[in-house]
Amino acid sequence: MQRVVLILSAVLVLFGLSGTLSTVDAQPEDILQAPSSLEEIVQSLATARRNEIPALVENIAELEDLRRRAFLESMLEGQIYFTREEQRVVRAVRIEDQFQISDSLTGEELGLVGTRAVGRVSVNNSLRRNLRLLIAGIDLEDEEPGIRLSAVEYLVSQAATESRELLLQLRSVESDDSVSLAIEEGLALVDLSSEDPLLRSAALDQLSGNLNNTIRNAIRQVAEGDPDPDVQAKAEDALSSIQNKVELYGYVQTLFFGLSLGSVLLLAAIGLAITFGVMGVINLAHGELIMLGAYTTYVVQQTFPNSIEVSLLIAVPAAFIVSGLFGIAIERGIIRFLYGRPLETLLATFGISLILQQLVRTVFSPQNRPVSNPDWMSGQWQLNEVLAFNYNRLYILIFCIIVFALLSLLLKKTRLGIEVRAVAQNRAMAKAIGVRSGWVDALTFGLGSGLAGIAGVALSQLTNVGPNLGQAYIVDSFMVVVFGGVGNLWGTFYGSFILGITNKIMEPWAGAVIAKILILVFIILFIQKQPKGLFPQKGRGMEE
Amino acid sequence: MNILYKAKRFGAIIAAAVLMQWSTSILAQDTIKVGVLHSLSGSMAISETTLKDTVLMMIEEQNRAGGLLGRQLEAVVVDPASDWPLFAEQTRELITQEGVDVIFGCWTSVSRKSVLPVIEELNGLLFYPVQYEGEESSKNVFYTGAAPNQQAIPAVDYLMNEIGAERWVLAGTDYVYPRTTNRILEAYLKAKGVADEDIMINYTPFSHSDWQNIVADIQRFGSTGKKTAVVSTINGDANVPFYIELGNQGVSAEDIPVIAFSVGEEELSGIDTAPLVGHLAAWNYFQSVFNDTNEEFIDSWHSFIGNSSRVTNDPMEATYIGFKMWAEAVEAAGTTEVDAVEQAMIGIEVPNLTGGTAVMNANHHLSKPVLIGEIQDDGQFEVVWETDGVVAGDAWSDYLEGSRDLISDWTEPTRCGNYNTVENRCLGSSSQ
Repeated sequence: MQRVVLILSAVLVLFGLSGTLSTVDAQPEDILQAPSSLEEIVQSLATARRNEIPALVENIAELEDLRRRAFLESMLEGQIYFTREEQRVVRAVRIEDQFQISDSLTGEELGLVGTRAVGRVSVNNSLRRNLRLLIAGIDLEDEEPGIRLSAVEYLVSQAATESRELLLQLRSVESDDSVSLAIEEGLALVDLSSEDPLLRSAALDQLSGNLNNTIRNAIRQVAEGDPDPDVQAKAEDALSSIQNKVELYGYVQTLFFGLSLGSVLLLAAIGLAITFGVMGVINLAHGELIMLGAYTTYVVQQTFPNSIEVSLLIAVPAAFIVSGLFGIAIERGIIRFLYGRPLETLLATFGISLILQQLVRTVFSPQNRPVSNPDWMSGQWQLNEVLAFNYNRLYILIFCIIVFALLSLLLKKTRLGIEVRAVAQNRAMAKAIGVRSGWVDALTFGLGSGLAGIAGVALSQLTNVGPNLGQAYIVDSFMVVVFGGVGNLWGTFYGSFILGITNKIMEPWAGAVIAKILILVFIILFIQKQPKGLFPQKGRGMEE
Repeated sequence: MNILYKAKRFGAIIAAAVLMQWSTSILAQDTIKVGVLHSLSGSMAISETTLKDTVLMMIEEQNRAGGLLGRQLEAVVVDPASDWPLFAEQTRELITQEGVDVIFGCWTSVSRKSVLPVIEELNGLLFYPVQYEGEESSKNVFYTGAAPNQQAIPAVDYLMNEIGAERWVLAGTDYVYPRTTNRILEAYLKAKGVADEDIMINYTPFSHSDWQNIVADIQRFGSTGKKTAVVSTINGDANVPFYIELGNQGVSAEDIPVIAFSVGEEELSGIDTAPLVGHLAAWNYFQSVFNDTNEEFIDSWHSFIGNSSRVTNDPMEATYIGFKMWAEAVEAAGTTEVDAVEQAMIGIEVPNLTGGTAVMNANHHLSKPVLIGEIQDDGQFEVVWETDGVVAGDAWSDYLEGSRDLISDWTEPTRCGNYNTVENRCLGSSSQ
């Protein structure tokens, strides 16, 4: 019973707060006269004007009806519609060109309707925030400590815990330690603005070192203008210790951003390190081979629409094969006639790149294609309040290192690898000892192209899958290979990470455009000094 | 009878095919030629191909309704391939060699700037259907997209008054449209009392794909407790990775809303919009607006393009309005002659797809309603706010030094695109 009272007061506090946030035009009398059963209020949503909806939603949250949470949740997810004909409020889920509708409260199935038969009950940002606050208010009562915890945390983070009494009451009935701790934090946050300097001081003690953004801002306010000089000094100390931590984590994050950009560069360039670095072919269609890999991901996802989660695992080998085969075809069909004639190779491969671009425009469409991110690729790995790593970036970094390791092994340990290196170092001698150099050329080019395809799979998770995907990466790839040293895989490895990290360190103060220019200038100067890149290829026959 | 009819029809088809193959001078007199100058290849093909199809659809509809002045319309489609100088060359070809009476085309401001001297020299007629930075008014161009005061300014007003934004990030791609728009917005925000330290301006290169630390910066900028909003003039390809990064770093629209001027239904059709729900866009048209005119337009678009999942967007509506207005102006003038049509255009009214009517003003810009929409998980927008009535497009911004005193009025007796109301003189085309 105590809980119920508590919850009601929680909801009332939230109500008071959220009322000021939403642009409610409805008069208080309307709210009082509003129908009182959940069914009736829900039904009135069908005809409500946009600015009347927030008040109705708050009415729903006030009811002691257990179905209200599920309804508010569906509303938050934008699944509440009304049928245009009967003006009935329903829950609707889109299935291709139709809506599967069901009763919004009982869940009774009502069949499929066309998209124009229903209209959505308007939910905007401020209403969405109110819904979250209201649901968190309901969740304070939940059986699960985890749900109670996130409810308290959400309310604290939104600075929505303004009532000291409410928090004290919550604490008195709370049995779970972590939830209690969260409530304590909320209390301290309230105390920061209390009249009593002792309370403020005690609150500072408790919150010192806390990285939460709302708390940091509250401490900053105390540090900037507390009437009590002692408390103010204390707040300044607390703030600067927090700032130091934040700054430190900021450096870690920049480093990660740099590594992540480096991994993308490495993936894009690694295939080129083979075709350009090892074989010496200036392949301007390299970017388009990346693009083909990205489109392969799209095709894989279209073919197996129900297994998005594993689609990337299928796409990696598929893209390797598709781009690899294209690569072999290009090598056998065109490039092999042009060995030793770099300018003509350059022009021919540029032509191929245009052909491939127009090909996907014709086959797929000039529009970008949607490639879904599997759930495990979305979101962040939250280490603390200010430091988090995006999963997609993290996985791509790991993936890139795996690809690099496998490629190094392949070149070092396998027969193919040895033959590739032999042909690259001295074609005539390799031929003389029985290496089929033509066959090796084709396979090497295929390998480089296949790696480009794999890069395409990774890039499909980060950027647009469209006909222009490749162009965005071709210059960067050449830059990395030239900088790292032509013919040296480790050069490409270090080159991409150095460029990635430098870029990310410069970006905040120079801006993205200038940073890019500075990097280019830096590379030009570097090449002047060290024409063969970071790690020049050594050995006989490499001098000319 | 039936066979005869079929034979006739067959003959007509053959004749049409032959005529299309051999566009002789006789044909030129029989049809009204409409130039379509949109990139079908290169980086802008993604946006412009749709507009080419829209013009073709409008021409087909007009021909089905009997054409114009008793003559059929004939489309002359060229591909300027996202290559700005090529826009100018093909404009010249369209007018001098093909003899088109009107051109529908261009997307980027730089392509329009490239066409401008040619179209003025040859006295052609261009309908430009995309929202742009303003600061221009040519006798030979009709601007049916939004000027900054029909998109950017109302968007900022919405964020300021309805969302309560106090800190502002102006993020854009590094070229003329974002730079000019942000200059106007910065002046506007400062006039509204926003302090310097509450405005962050950021430019990125075209097709920028690594947004990690810019998003982190925005988050840091927005973490001071003051409500922060992002006004995005980020163009084209760069938007998708930007929004993906926002989603991944957990920047939700409830905390830091992003309002975009270059993101519409077409751009969203390439991505999974679940993480973007609640972010905003300001346009004069959304596909989701429910009324009969719009449903009819969407239906005819779907049947024309043969794909019911294709979306419609604001530049398509601008093309639609421009085409309808041109057709009415030609009927009113009784000729396709440029000067007569140009004068007949002013004051013409055409129904908007979102309800109400669009009016062509004396400055060659439209009066249109402004809508703010929130992105939904199905890639559509939900209108959350709209202006009370229509807003008249302003060619010269009232918030910029130098442009404040200028007006454009192509009616007699002014007949000037940049008339200085202080000095009472027309600056002429040299200052554009």
